[in-house]
Amino acid sequence: MNTVLEAKNINKHFRKPVDFHVLKDISFNVKKGEFASIMGKSGCGKSTLLYILSTMDTDYEGNLYLNEELVTGKDHKELSRIRNEHIGFVFQFHYLLSEFSVIENVMLPAKKLGLKSEEEIIHDAQQKLDMLNIGNLAKKRASRISGGEKQRVAIARALINNPSILMGDEPTGNLDSYNAENVFQIFKKLKEEEGLSLLVVTHDIDFAKRTDRIIVMEDGRILPD
Amino acid sequence: MINWKVIFGIAKTHLLTKMKSTVTASLGVTFGIGAYITLVSFMTGLNGMLDDLILNQTPHVHLYNEIEPSEEQPIEKFTPFEDAWNIVHSVKPKQSQRKIHNAVPILNYLREDEKVKGAAPQLNAQIFYISGSIELGGNLIGVNIMEEVRLSNIQDYIVEGSPQALNNNENGILLGAGLAKKMSLSPGDRVQISTVQGDIFPLKIVGIYQSGLADVDNARSFANLKTVQRILGEAENYITDINVKLHNLSEAILMARQLEKQFQIKARDIKEANAQFETGSNIRNLITYAVSVTLLIVAGFGIYNILNMLIYEKMKDIAILKATGFSGFDVQMIFMSQAIIIGVIGGLLGLIIGFGLSSLIDGIAFETEALPTITTYPINYNPGYYVIGITFALISTFIAGYLPSKKAKRIDPVRIIRGT
Repeated sequence: MNTVLEAKNINKHFRKPVDFHVLKDISFNVKKGEFASIMGKSGCGKSTLLYILSTMDTDYEGNLYLNEELVTGKDHKELSRIRNEHIGFVFQFHYLLSEFSVIENVMLPAKKLGLKSEEEIIHDAQQKLDMLNIGNLAKKRASRISGGEKQRVAIARALINNPSILMGDEPTGNLDSYNAENVFQIFKKLKEEEGLSLLVVTHDIDFAKRTDRIIVMEDGRILPD
Repeated sequence: MINWKVIFGIAKTHLLTKMKSTVTASLGVTFGIGAYITLVSFMTGLNGMLDDLILNQTPHVHLYNEIEPSEEQPIEKFTPFEDAWNIVHSVKPKQSQRKIHNAVPILNYLREDEKVKGAAPQLNAQIFYISGSIELGGNLIGVNIMEEVRLSNIQDYIVEGSPQALNNNENGILLGAGLAKKMSLSPGDRVQISTVQGDIFPLKIVGIYQSGLADVDNARSFANLKTVQRILGEAENYITDINVKLHNLSEAILMARQLEKQFQIKARDIKEANAQFETGSNIRNLITYAVSVTLLIVAGFGIYNILNMLIYEKMKDIAILKATGFSGFDVQMIFMSQAIIIGVIGGLLGLIIGFGLSSLIDGIAFETEALPTITTYPINYNPGYYVIGITFALISTFIAGYLPSKKAKRIDPVRIIRGT
């Protein structure tokens, strides 16, 4: 099985207000088609790790590989491009652009990538929305739909460029149990039907237990399985 | 790779959903540019009118013979008193002729000079206008009228009749407006003039001349050069003044000094004649530009403020755009293009408003004795000011947009998303 994401000896310090060693020598990988979750107490560094893995945070030591290619040390422009093309991200809060319609929100990353024509992108975006059972909301303003729906739109947006890996930072943390279950089922379906790799940071033990693999973190280290 | 279509799309959506701020920012630019155009058109129009009033009637270089005392008194040439300290009381002006010596060769020389647009000979004669038993003192200027038309816009000041009429009539006269009024004369009538020697000549009034300066209009009239020479009983080379017009006004001083030396004649340049006038002109221009630049800077700060606020409001949007693969430069361009769009729309509207206000002022009646050809307020529709206006709008919005957009470029998405 191919490795999608690999971290080798990642260390990170917070320098302000005092030097604090957040991540200590983290090494692990995510295989293609694997649904992994990261668990741990608040402040153990799991979100920090996720943002490093997402390439948004570049202030760390160690090496990060995406699709077996080293991404550490690339400049911001290339990293933006990599995020755009290979990484889908779902946050605790949906972070949709409220002035845009649902389908425009979904289309934006694909327009930025610019590999497909407008028509193709519309078609793809509609397809992703349909897959998540929210196709009927396409024309609505993003600020006019419910919380659960927003999170599904955010997932559709993360998927629009068919990324190598989908990352989630507490994607169900802000949802009621019904919608949380819904999101979990969507992730599971994506893994099973599309062979997508997923890496999700969560507090929810029930959610984590049903994933392929749980990575437990404590005080900036990964505990052995 | 930058996908401008996407960037403009986002910028457009931001502008349209924040219509109020957009309109406020654009109006700031519109008023700034509109006021600039109106002010500058009106002020330069007014300046141009005043320039014309004075400068058209003043030659760039005026050649004449000055009545003045000799530089060297005879006693200084007497060798026995060479080393003495000579004091001469009651020095009198030198007896010299009023006519310019060798006037015709000088004229020919000037007309061949490339820097000279034209040289017009004049003969200034002291005369009396006779109305019944009343004699009014004044002067009659013999001119080559068609040359004057070409060089000094005399036709603007001929309120009745035409320069051609004078050119065609050997005994014609363009009578000063004040004189015509005093003597109740109008074109077609005859007026009798008398020379200092007492010879009387009848002349036919072919037109009325009004300079706008009452003293001048009460004394000065124009006739053909040849007519005046004949009245005075002088030869055809009798010329008292030569008015030179140059292609480039700034060469006047140098030219005057050179002519003085070359022909031993008095030459007065336009700067000398109108020194205080130019100072006034410069200060008016300075005020115009100071006010305009202030207006535009205020407009620029308006844009800066609004974009700054927009960026604070859109912090999360910026973070998410960056998280989904937009680079810092893309984000900067989104906000820059908003600033530029505001600048272009506001600027163009400003030009239209400026043009509208200028035309409005242009239509307001403005009648003055001083300027017989002007009936409404003067406006200068120089397209250059419109180019400057829109350029300044773009530059100021560019700068006003650059600083906030630079901030947007630097926003760290992780900090925003994690809420720290």
